[in-house]
Amino acid sequence: MKTYAQTFKELKRSAIIPFFVIGDPDYDTSLSIVKTAIDAGADILELGIAFSDPIADGPTIQKADIRALAAGMNIKRALQFVREIKNYKDIPIGLLMYYNLVYQYGVEKFFNDFHAAGVNSVLIADLSIDDADEVLAPAKKAGLETVFMVTPVTNDERIKLIASHTTGFIYTVSTLGVTGARQTLSNMVKPLIKTIKSITDIPVCVGFGISNPKQAAEVASAGADGVIIGSAIVKIIEDNLADKKQMLDNVKNFVAAIKNATAPNNI
Amino acid sequence: MKEKGRFGQFGGFYVPEVLIPALEEIEQAFYKFYKDPRFVAELNELYKNYAGRPTPLYHAKRLSEHCGFSVYLKREDLLHGGAHKVNNCLGQGLLAQYMGKTRLIAETGAGQHGLATAMIGALFGMETKIFMGSIDVERQNVNVHKMKLCGAEVIPVKGGTCTLKDAINDALRYWTAHVQDTFYLFGTAGGPHPYPTVVKHFQSPIGTEARRQCLEQIGRLPDMVIACVGGGSNAIGIFSGFIDDKSVKLIGVEGAGRGVNTTHHCATLNVGTVGVLHGARTYLLQDADGQIHETECISAGLDYPGVGPEHAFLKESGRAEYVCADDKQVLDAFELVCKKEGILPALESSHAIAWLVGQKGKLPPETIAVVNLSGRGDKDVGIVEKHRPVK
Repeated sequence: MKTYAQTFKELKRSAIIPFFVIGDPDYDTSLSIVKTAIDAGADILELGIAFSDPIADGPTIQKADIRALAAGMNIKRALQFVREIKNYKDIPIGLLMYYNLVYQYGVEKFFNDFHAAGVNSVLIADLSIDDADEVLAPAKKAGLETVFMVTPVTNDERIKLIASHTTGFIYTVSTLGVTGARQTLSNMVKPLIKTIKSITDIPVCVGFGISNPKQAAEVASAGADGVIIGSAIVKIIEDNLADKKQMLDNVKNFVAAIKNATAPNNI
Repeated sequence: MKEKGRFGQFGGFYVPEVLIPALEEIEQAFYKFYKDPRFVAELNELYKNYAGRPTPLYHAKRLSEHCGFSVYLKREDLLHGGAHKVNNCLGQGLLAQYMGKTRLIAETGAGQHGLATAMIGALFGMETKIFMGSIDVERQNVNVHKMKLCGAEVIPVKGGTCTLKDAINDALRYWTAHVQDTFYLFGTAGGPHPYPTVVKHFQSPIGTEARRQCLEQIGRLPDMVIACVGGGSNAIGIFSGFIDDKSVKLIGVEGAGRGVNTTHHCATLNVGTVGVLHGARTYLLQDADGQIHETECISAGLDYPGVGPEHAFLKESGRAEYVCADDKQVLDAFELVCKKEGILPALESSHAIAWLVGQKGKLPPETIAVVNLSGRGDKDVGIVEKHRPVK
C-alpha cells in the first residue's frame, strides 16, 4: 500500500488532493467520479463519510452528505467503496469525517477495517489534539498514519504539539470558517504555511476555500506539499445531477486544470 | 484548555480545531470572573432588578390535594421573559461584556432562549444573531416577532431537519468564521466544555434558592425534586442545589412524545445510546451507524436528540433518575394546573408535573415534592388549543 511519504517523495511537486463524499450522489456514480479524478491526475484522495450533523462543513458538502445518505450510504458500503477504489489504483486515501460514526463502529474496529480496505489515515473533524489519546494508540496499532488540522488561530506551541502526533501530513485550514468555495484566497494562508514549515518537516497540505486553478497555484507556490479541493469539486456534482456525462467531463477537466496550474513550471 | 470538562466518561470538547481557542478564551474568562466580586455584584443586581429573582417557592395546595402529597412549585415562570432562560443569558451576556465581545449569537428551538438572548443583547447594546430552524420560525412566529422587536436578527436555518439541532450546527458554523469578535451564548447545559459548567453555574440560583426556601418555609428538605429535561439546563440548575443532599431524590422527566416505542419522542436518557454530538459525549438518539435521529415532542423546548453530559453522568452514577411523560399526559397536566391553581405552565414544565401527578396514590401523604416550573405556558396556548379545543 502506497504511503503518503512515498507519494510526496515521488511527486516533486504539490500533490493534488480532491475531496469527495463517498456515495454522492449515489454509489455507482460516485465510483465513476472518483475514478475519473484519479485518471485526471489526483495524487491522493480525501474521502468523506456522510454524517447527519456536519458542523465543520458549509452548504455544498452538507448537501452532498444528504444526497449520499438518501442514496443509502452507510459505513459498510463505504468500506466496500474504498476497496473498489483501491482495486482500481493504489492511491493514498485519507478519510475526513465526524467522530460519532467512528465511535459507534468502535474506534479500533473502524481503524482496522478501513486500514485493511486501503485507507492511509482517518482525520476526525471534531476531535482535536487534546483528545488524541482516544485515537492515537488504535491508529498506530491498525497501521494508520495520522493527520490533524492546524488553523490560522492555532498558536505555535499547539502546532508543535499537533506536529508531534502527526505522521501523515498536517491538514492546514486556510481560513476561519467552514468548508466552502470562496472568491479569494485567505491572506492568512501564506504566513500560516511559512509558520508551520518553520516548526516541522511534516508535509503541509492546505484545504478549505480553494476553489480554482489560480488559487491552487498560489497555495502550491507558497510551498504547500498538497492542495486539497473539496466544495468546488463537489459543486460540479451538484450542478450536473441531471447529466452524468457532463458531470464526469467537468470533474475530469477541473482536476486536470488544477494539476496543470500547479505544475512546477507554471507556478 | 485548563480542564477536560468531564463528568465521568461524559462531556469533553469534541469540536473542530478552529474552535478550540474560542472555547479556551471562554473557559479562562469564566474562571477569572465567576467569583470576581464586581462581576458577582453586577450579576446579582441584574438577577434581582432585571430578571426578578428570587422567584417564589409556592405551595400548590389544590394540586397537592389532588395528588395526595405536598407539591411545591419553584416559580421560574415568573421571571422576565417567562422562563429560566434569562438566568443563563444574563450570566453569559455579562461574561461576553467582560471579555470585550461585540456580538452575541445563539441557537433556539421554541424561541425562549432566542428571546432571552435578544433581550440581553438589547440590554447590553450588543449585535445579536439568533439561529433558528426554518420550521421552528414558522411554528413559533410570536417569539420570532419578539426577538426582532428587541433588535435581534433571526436567521432561519434550512439545513437538515430545520429544527434545533440544525440551528446549533449553523450557529457553530457561523462562530467558526467569526470567533474573534463573537460570543456564542449557548442555551442549554450541553455542548462542548466549558458550556455545561458555565450554564449550570448561571442556572444554579434556582437550586440554591429552592433549598433555602424549603428550609425556611417547610422546615426540612424535600423528598424529591422534579424537573423536565431537554438539554437539561433548568434541571441541572435546580438539581445543583440538592446534589449533595443524598436524601433528596432527583428526577428528570423527558418527552415521550407519541410514545418511546415510536420514532416520535425525545426521551434521550430513557432510550438513547452513548455517542458524540455538538462537542460532548453523551446519550443520543441515533441509528446503529451513528446518524442522529429526528425528534418530536409537543414542547419544542425539549425537542433535542442529545442531553447535557452531566445528566448522562447523574443517570449512570444513579444519583438522578430519568423518566418520561407522553404528549397526552402532558396536556392533562397542563389543564390540571390551569384548573387547580390558575397557573399556565409551559408544556416543557408540564412534563415534570405530568410525571408527578402520575405518582398519585403511590407516594406516602407526608411526601414533599418540589417541581421546577421552568416557564410559563402563554406561548403554548395555541398548541394546546389545537390538541384540546376549549369548549
